[in-house]
Amino acid sequence: MRYIVGFLILLYCAIGFSNSLYPLATQKQERQFDALLKEVRCLVCQNQDIADSHAPLAQDLREKIYLLVQQGKTTPFIKSYLTTRYGDFILFNPPFKGITFVLWVAPFGLLGALLLLLIRQAKRSQSR
Amino acid sequence: MRIISGRVVVLVLFILLIVCFIRALKQEPSLLPSVQIDKQLPLFKLPTLDTHTDQPPHFLATSDLQGQVALLNIWASWCSACSEEQAFLNTLSQQGLIIYGLNYKDETDAARQFLIDWGNPYYTIGQDSKGAVAMDLGVYGTPETFLIDKKGFIRYRYVGVLTQEAFERVLLPRIRLLEEAS
Repeated sequence: MRYIVGFLILLYCAIGFSNSLYPLATQKQERQFDALLKEVRCLVCQNQDIADSHAPLAQDLREKIYLLVQQGKTTPFIKSYLTTRYGDFILFNPPFKGITFVLWVAPFGLLGALLLLLIRQAKRSQSR
Repeated sequence: MRIISGRVVVLVLFILLIVCFIRALKQEPSLLPSVQIDKQLPLFKLPTLDTHTDQPPHFLATSDLQGQVALLNIWASWCSACSEEQAFLNTLSQQGLIIYGLNYKDETDAARQFLIDWGNPYYTIGQDSKGAVAMDLGVYGTPETFLIDKKGFIRYRYVGVLTQEAFERVLLPRIRLLEEAS
């Protein structure tokens, strides 16, 4: 029984791979393609990447990225192609610039400030 | 004195966070602003959806959308929400507003049937059967409506069913401004 279950799980995962549908010439290109699919957000189901999403737009984006990778375009080029049209939100990791600088730094900044306050409070209660 | 100011700082930060939280709850995060506002329309040339099959093939090109303030409506026969805004679009076009249609990833016959069923407000319709032009526009869902100025620049993008309320709130003031421009 567990072999049947194991086989079914393997089958399900295999279906999840998009690579067999998008054959590429070199392994480097395949890795580039895989990495890109995981970094690009599906704008319809916005918590999924386009590797997983079944939405038609995700399909279109996969095909476009596949085409660009086949043409030998670099990852920065492809990311720029997407963000020019859809904005930074289409990438799960927004670029480090301008307003997104605040997005990246603020959590650490807040954490640092809180730690400082805590240390100050601890020192004060120690010295009593 | 120092202990009091520390607590005040934390309290102020907390109130700020609560204010941001409440404001964020009121927003619709899944609606994305277009990053192509104030940019020119992407270059395209699409075959038109003609309602009569005996006409010679025509094209809708980017240059056609210059010279007047117009709307570019992204729609498809398979998009049920698109039928909800069709009545309002028909009203708008009857009032003289030029509305171009981009038939997104659709079949010609199904698209024609949709127009028969729900009415045709479009001045011209381009068939974007592969969705390439829509991708250049940053379309991520139907229906969407773009506001194009006299020079062919994108001035606004509305996502979702265009209601009278939404039109009067976000499009009409901009249309009035753009009409006055040369």
